[in-house]
Amino acid sequence: MSFPWASQYEPKNGLTKFLDEKLPLPRLVYGAIGAGYPVPRNLSYMWNFGVLAGFCLVLQIVTGVVLAMHYAPNALVAFGTTEHIMRDVNWGWMMRYAHANGASFFFIVVYLHIFRGFFYSSYKAPREMIWLLGVVIFLLMMATAFMGYVLPWGQMSFWGAKVITGLFGAIPVVGEPIQVWLLGGFAPDNAALNRFFSLHFLLPFVIAGVVILHIWALHIPGSSNPTGVEIKTEADTVPFHPYYTAKDGFGLGVFLLLYCAMLFFLPNYLGHPDNYIEANPLSTPAHIVPEWYFWPFYAILRAFTVDFFFIPAKLMGVLAMFAAILVWFFLPWLDKSPVRSGHYRPMFRKFFWFGLIPTMAVLFYCGGAPAEEPFVMLSQLATAYYFLHFLVILPLVSSIEKPEPLPYSITEAVLGSDKKAVLGENTTPAV
Amino acid sequence: MADTTGTATPETLASHGEDGVRRRDFINIAAVSFAGVGAVAVVLPLVSQMAPSADVLAESSTEIDVSSIEAGQAIKAVFRKQPLFVRRLTPAEIAEADSVAVSSLRDPETLAERTKEGHLDMLVTMGVCTHLGCVPLGAAEGENRGEFGGYFCPCHGSHYDTAARIRKGPAPANLVVPDYEFTSDTVIRVG
Amino acid sequence: MIRLFGILAGLFFTVAVMWSFATGAFVAATEGLGEETAEHAFHEHPKDLHLASDGVFGKFDKAQLQRGYQVYKEVCSACHSMKFVAIRDLADLGYSEAQLKAEAATWQVPGIDPNTGEATMRPGLPTDYFPSPYPNAVAAAAANNNAIPPDLSLMAKARHDGAAYVYSLLTGYQEQPAELLKEFPGSKTPTGLHYNPYFPNLNLAMAPPLTSNGQVTYAEGNPEPTIDQMAQDVAAFLTWTAEPTLDKRKQTGWPVLGFLLFATILAFLAKKQVWSAVKPSRKD
Repeated sequence: MSFPWASQYEPKNGLTKFLDEKLPLPRLVYGAIGAGYPVPRNLSYMWNFGVLAGFCLVLQIVTGVVLAMHYAPNALVAFGTTEHIMRDVNWGWMMRYAHANGASFFFIVVYLHIFRGFFYSSYKAPREMIWLLGVVIFLLMMATAFMGYVLPWGQMSFWGAKVITGLFGAIPVVGEPIQVWLLGGFAPDNAALNRFFSLHFLLPFVIAGVVILHIWALHIPGSSNPTGVEIKTEADTVPFHPYYTAKDGFGLGVFLLLYCAMLFFLPNYLGHPDNYIEANPLSTPAHIVPEWYFWPFYAILRAFTVDFFFIPAKLMGVLAMFAAILVWFFLPWLDKSPVRSGHYRPMFRKFFWFGLIPTMAVLFYCGGAPAEEPFVMLSQLATAYYFLHFLVILPLVSSIEKPEPLPYSITEAVLGSDKKAVLGENTTPAV
Repeated sequence: MADTTGTATPETLASHGEDGVRRRDFINIAAVSFAGVGAVAVVLPLVSQMAPSADVLAESSTEIDVSSIEAGQAIKAVFRKQPLFVRRLTPAEIAEADSVAVSSLRDPETLAERTKEGHLDMLVTMGVCTHLGCVPLGAAEGENRGEFGGYFCPCHGSHYDTAARIRKGPAPANLVVPDYEFTSDTVIRVG
Repeated sequence: MIRLFGILAGLFFTVAVMWSFATGAFVAATEGLGEETAEHAFHEHPKDLHLASDGVFGKFDKAQLQRGYQVYKEVCSACHSMKFVAIRDLADLGYSEAQLKAEAATWQVPGIDPNTGEATMRPGLPTDYFPSPYPNAVAAAAANNNAIPPDLSLMAKARHDGAAYVYSLLTGYQEQPAELLKEFPGSKTPTGLHYNPYFPNLNLAMAPPLTSNGQVTYAEGNPEPTIDQMAQDVAAFLTWTAEPTLDKRKQTGWPVLGFLLFATILAFLAKKQVWSAVKPSRKD
């Protein structure tokens, strides 16, 4: 927190003075999400999703701990205990629907958070570490969600586990032993179910730890903002509390309205009917599809249908799927444009709205569709653009593009002024 | 719900002057209070999910056919996942129980008070020692029935008499007689 | 340097996936997009079914659920288990405790002889779950030409458009259409299977379970037990078995949404008020 005008925590009574001396937790909270954290005054509603993601994590941990009190990770009874939760446990149906739909809403919120980052180049210096930790959180979330979906031990649980662990089988030589080791058997069974439960319980707390690092790293440079121009003076900021607590409170209300509408009236809409059939190792569902939040990456996995020289198609798909996320780690160094916000980058903006967003839409759609034409060909084109966008277009655009003039400061952007900033000035640190 | 929005639009707030200040404070307090009420409401299901579930509650009463129990014999049944002793007393055991001066007992109760009318020989008690919850011996054939010929808890040496009343040892009270009734001459319904 | 590697990696993945695309496009251009199948051409989406429990305000019709239960008991339960539903759950359908006990006793459930320890059958208790008609999956397969009758507890949630699917399937048996055989001569319904356009692969192992009007006798005051009526009733019953808490869910949902709507409006006003001091409105 490098802003000299940030207000300092002052303990008012004996108890808070005692706490401040012995364990300055109130001071930490005050500086992190209280009045002691100056935040750009111009954040849009796209900046709500960080707090909402944190809320989702808490929601998932609370409902998850409750469900774990009634669930048994044993292949013989897992499906039955899930139904026991739905039928007999007091409010069990609500807890389970809250958890299942909570996972979906967590991903909706996090995807919006990530794409906010793409548009406003939130990954750029001095915020690389925040971005890297964020990608780590996303990877952990994917692992957690995948293992969680296995737990009810329905048909999709079982076959999802089989297909995803089967991906490791694509790795040359060591693939198959790794697959057997991961499952603790030759197909998903008790051993796999038990370890998935154990890890599904553990990982959210690991995520919570990385989230703390993510927020810590955020407080070093402070929040970015829609102009991408760094904070220059106190006038550019408002204290987090009450300004953004109030704004996030309203955002949380809207989020909860949508979430509860889903939970109480369409709780199975985002799920798959086949997962209400108990796992049967002898019968495969007609279409195996993962949960919707994996569809873009599943589409990329399936886009590679023929061997590429000496690389088998399956291995190529696995490589591409992992590369599709790993490429995000390199964004801060791939996109070298000195301007952050997409608002002032005409060329980047076009590629974002007319390239990346439609591509993601196609990948989402095709990942959930059966593996037949035209979906396979569509996802192949979309996959090609996906890699071109991040690895070729972004680096090239940042050297070709001529950005539009930036506002001199955040205050000027808010209040309006004729004075325009010189390009590059925005990159100077705040203090 | 919808009609309340009409009274507090931002426009009316802005034009209220001094009165508006108070109303604006009121809105902040109301918003925070609502958040608080919501948080408390969420706690209710979180607490109640730990209470017994429907399948557990459904098994909270048990029917037992007592016709096959011979005098002097006892059976161990299960009531709410805990042992239940059902004993048919011999006339000698009844006489022994009735011969004790009730006032001298640690937990004064007569045998008649501990059985149902017309079924003085049918002693139904929980098989849970009132000291620390061990299962007393004496229900099965050949087990130690203690110094008073009823039940004996081996954990800390509590002796119960033929009416399952505490006579010696650390237990503070007689073996509990659960709520039960005779649904017919031969069947009891516990719970 | 990172950018150079990035561009190379990007081109590598792009070329690899376009290689797949080109191969696929070449195959599609020379051989077409695969052949039309009978399953694809003749499969029909479930018919419209309107139940009392539909919609955000819908509630179960208990009389209909009781009729559906009767159909399940007298027809379906001969082959299909319903293992996640307990007999006590029928209390939701409006049965009294005494009625439940009597009803439970009409089911024979597996038990253990208290004297010999041998497996026997005993009359059911309300706490028992509905018994399976077969002792195990092997017996179920052997009795049904290797097609194990699925458990019905969750059927209405385990199929797309579940209740309508059940209703359509039960009323959808028919002769295989002549056009189908003309177009796909190889797709004749095999012996032992039954043509039903609402079943994903058109040929169903289950023989038509509801064959005549009045197959089940409803108590007085109920509608005529036509095949269509019985199918609707059992579809409604299976909607309930799949989610007995459906009514409670919706009843809880409305107050929650109402509360949240009010709280969100308050939060919006509070946000407006907090920002009114610092935020001049900027429109451009």
